[in-house]
Amino acid sequence: MAKVRPKAKKPTLDMTPVVDLAFLLVTFFMLTTNFRPEEPVVVDIPSSVADIKLPEVDIMTITISREGKVFFNVDNKFTRSSLLQKMGEKYKVNFTPQQVETFSNLTTFGVPMNVMPGFLDASKEERKEMTLGIPTDSLNNQLYDWIVNTRLSNPKVRIAIKGDGQAAYPVVKRVVSTLQDQNVNRFNLITSLEQEF
Amino acid sequence: MAEIQDSGGGDHGKKGKVRSKKASTHVDMTAMVDLAFLLLTFFLLTTTFNKPQTMEIIMPDKAEKVEDQSEVKESNALTLILGENNRIYWYAGLKDPKVEVTYFGPTKIRKLLVEKRDEVAARGGKNKLTVLIKADEKAKYKNFVDILDEMNINKIPTYAVVDITPQELEMIAKAQTAPASGN
Repeated sequence: MAKVRPKAKKPTLDMTPVVDLAFLLVTFFMLTTNFRPEEPVVVDIPSSVADIKLPEVDIMTITISREGKVFFNVDNKFTRSSLLQKMGEKYKVNFTPQQVETFSNLTTFGVPMNVMPGFLDASKEERKEMTLGIPTDSLNNQLYDWIVNTRLSNPKVRIAIKGDGQAAYPVVKRVVSTLQDQNVNRFNLITSLEQEF
Repeated sequence: MAEIQDSGGGDHGKKGKVRSKKASTHVDMTAMVDLAFLLLTFFLLTTTFNKPQTMEIIMPDKAEKVEDQSEVKESNALTLILGENNRIYWYAGLKDPKVEVTYFGPTKIRKLLVEKRDEVAARGGKNKLTVLIKADEKAKYKNFVDILDEMNINKIPTYAVVDITPQELEMIAKAQTAPASGN
């Protein structure tokens, strides 16, 4: 009748496989991750059913914020440094090697050319506040030159427009016609996947 | 290094050496698991999983000369004008002044597009619906993306984004004053 109880063992668990598994996953994520690039403005992109993936390299992104300010970004350090030098020649702004280096490590920016040296000398925190947008009006269309010189620096570059859903259409139209002015009729609109359907 | 120590220790003789009690080789892995999962969580949260989706759009050439522009058969044309508050003003044909208002949604604009598409296709031959998309100043970028999306969803064969004309601005101004649910 009496049950024979085994001697109570100390409950130990061998954690080694767990560690193995966890580090395997850590390694996987470390190698596959690319950090979310910092952006000067929050853009709420509209959704669509389009499911073409954006290529990861050779991409130029024109960001349109909710207020209608235009920002610009292009990947690849080499493209960026040659782009800044070309822009400097065009707008008669001289950049120090230090400023070129800073620029090639940045991501999205949106300042007119006359503010650019100050923007590059500013600290990271100050830079976040400098969101004037790139001029796109017909008298002083700096976006046009940014696009032209990017395409000269990297002929393979593809163009993506990342606009906020609430941005006014005239701004979008101006950006699109800036592209069309240089015979770019093929570009991508960045959208998120449609949620409800 | 270990060998040198070994030979040095050998001189004294093994018997005299006091061996400490063999300690357990078991290492508590829990802290390591904690660390590993902390890192895992960090990378999980900072990673960007989904690459952004894009919608490819091909705009018509900015044709300067009139003869370079392609003709649209009037009966096949449908003009959509994006207005404020997600309104879509539309009229069929090219010179028909009768502007109607519709909105985004499966029962509204989509129904209209499907109807028109099938209506034109039913005429046979090379007839296919051509949608002209225009946008008013007050339209939002979202409307523009949505209408292009509708074109893809409804498989509209040809569509073009064109500039709005002054006549059309007048037309939609009139349609605005008229009650939206008039008919």
